[in-house]
Amino acid sequence: MNVRLYLWQRSTAALMVPLVLLHVAVIFYASRRGLSATDILARTRGSLVWTSFYGAFVIAVAIHAAIGVRNVLVEWSPLTDRGAGILASAFGVLLFLLGARAVLAVVVP
Amino acid sequence: MADSSSDLSVSLWRGAQDGRYETYKVPLRENQTVLDVVTFVQRHLDPTLAYRFACRVGMCGSCAMTVNGQPRWTCRTHVASVAKGGRLTIGPLVNLPVIKDLATDLRPFFEKWQDAKGAFVPSRTRHDDIARVRPDSVERIAADAAIECINCAICYAACDTVRWNSDYLGPAALNRAWTLVNDERDAGNTERLQAVAASGGCHACHSHQSCQELCPQHLNPTASIAGLKRRTMWAYVRGEL
Repeated sequence: MNVRLYLWQRSTAALMVPLVLLHVAVIFYASRRGLSATDILARTRGSLVWTSFYGAFVIAVAIHAAIGVRNVLVEWSPLTDRGAGILASAFGVLLFLLGARAVLAVVVP
Repeated sequence: MADSSSDLSVSLWRGAQDGRYETYKVPLRENQTVLDVVTFVQRHLDPTLAYRFACRVGMCGSCAMTVNGQPRWTCRTHVASVAKGGRLTIGPLVNLPVIKDLATDLRPFFEKWQDAKGAFVPSRTRHDDIARVRPDSVERIAADAAIECINCAICYAACDTVRWNSDYLGPAALNRAWTLVNDERDAGNTERLQAVAASGGCHACHSHQSCQELCPQHLNPTASIAGLKRRTMWAYVRGEL
């Protein structure tokens, strides 16, 4: 890992700290209040706030996890740095697509 | 000093990378060091045994070996503190090529000191005044904490990241770089920070802290590497790298 990847991984981790806390708080709120799927979708659909919140979450996760997976591959597999980078980038894109699909499913009216 | 009547059972690595352990009986004595044991074998049992030592007093860093699974300076390691059930297993340092028996090839270790720009780059000539370095300055205190490395390669052998990533510069080279980063007389920091911020540099460290756990000088290379991470990160943010 070089300083550029280090900075991206640490900054996305720092971003995810409040996002994870808020995400857990939302889960508690929704379950304690007994919100149904319809109730939740009524709050999230068309909401710029929830789109931004979970959109940022998905982007941060995709970047953070991809860099971590790249490190694992560099250290534990026979792949070269370049090969590990390509594979990890593909994993990051996959995470982003899956996450973006999930976000769009709850925010698009 | 009275000799004990019992013997130590000592397994020593023999051969090169593809060698094997051979067992010897060595008389157990009081205040005996692991280096004493190895020397006894070479002087009395098998003169073909290859190993490395020089000062015998913990200054030169030559005699590091793997003792019962851990890298240690053998001249300052008492048998009584490490022998389990009268048994010792002594091998060459890991993470380095074995030349023969207990002697490893330290070239990869020292080449990484060069890769980390571990050489002092003077900023003055003999015609300038002597630099005045305040002993209580932040930089000097940071350098002081890391300066007493004896180049024994114990941290390099103890490091998981070195084992996993052959490009990793290792704790000793990065610790050396950190002392120079904090040396206000040095003029080589741009190249040095670039070297330690690249792939295989300080950011590859996982902070497992085996280096500081096993450093015979009680240095903390992990802390030095953390300092390099901070310094290089801000240099990168400011566009200096």
